[in-house]
Amino acid sequence: MNQHHVISKAKYLLVYIALLALLGLTVGAAYVELGIWTVAVTLTIAIAKALLIILYFMHARYSGRLVAVAAGAAFVWLGIMISLTLYDYLSRGWLSAPGA
Amino acid sequence: MEITQHESKHLAHHFDDIEQQREASTLGMWVFLMTEVMFLGALFTAYGMYRLLYSEGFAAASMHLNVPLASINTAVLLTSSFMMALAVRAAQTGSRVGQVFFLLLTILFGLAFLGIKGYEYYLEYQEGLVPVTGFTFHYEGGNPGQAKLFYNFYFALTGLHAIHMIVGIGWLLVIAFLALRRRFSPEYYTPVEVAGLYWHFVDIVWVFIFPLLYLLQP
Repeated sequence: MNQHHVISKAKYLLVYIALLALLGLTVGAAYVELGIWTVAVTLTIAIAKALLIILYFMHARYSGRLVAVAAGAAFVWLGIMISLTLYDYLSRGWLSAPGA
Repeated sequence: MEITQHESKHLAHHFDDIEQQREASTLGMWVFLMTEVMFLGALFTAYGMYRLLYSEGFAAASMHLNVPLASINTAVLLTSSFMMALAVRAAQTGSRVGQVFFLLLTILFGLAFLGIKGYEYYLEYQEGLVPVTGFTFHYEGGNPGQAKLFYNFYFALTGLHAIHMIVGIGWLLVIAFLALRRRFSPEYYTPVEVAGLYWHFVDIVWVFIFPLLYLLQP
């Protein structure tokens, strides 16, 4: 029988500390003037936190490929929804239609 | 009838072995979580669009949220997730005391989160920022219409998140009770694992709600 991968307590603690550090970083970044980079920095930190939780707390790193496909698919479809919506709204008004 | 080495009292008859059963349950939970990603993702997408269209009004409205309380709450929820990970580990290593102890701590931190969140709602209610029928929405700054829309998104997102937490706490109480009754072993702990997946997912939702609603200030 396939032995389940048991992650050590030390590793869980390390992930937890990293999550708290990223939380401190994102709160700190909110008080720094980052201009147009604010959204990029904030989202990058949030995605890093989510990845840590998915890979270690949710064991995705040690689960089969089927889980990787399921988890990946959710975010691919989410990406399509967000990017196509942005593409529509942000590009409105780029071209002026005659008579508009 | 062929008796395999994987024969177990936990094995349902339509699975080959306990490992396949565990994989099927885990995958089922992941697929459910996918639907949750799409469901909440639609709200996040709509919020993101309006954040771009009404950036001034939304940014000003978000200034009224309580960032210190929400930061503490994020730490509380991350701690709760950490406890949940340790509870699943205790199930894997066959520690009954560990399972019950860490599950109760997970629930405790979850309740602390809801308590702080409830206090935040109360503060917003006092400020008149609840755009719900029956309450008066009172907003001093410019673009009150946009601010009202922001608070609609705020209460929809955090409210749905809170409902997920309440469901999760009830679920974990059942799991803790079953763990106390020695229902799980290193061979069979799928219910603990699956409940953990759900709990961590709810944590991830908050990991996005917190920066996107509270922190993107001008």
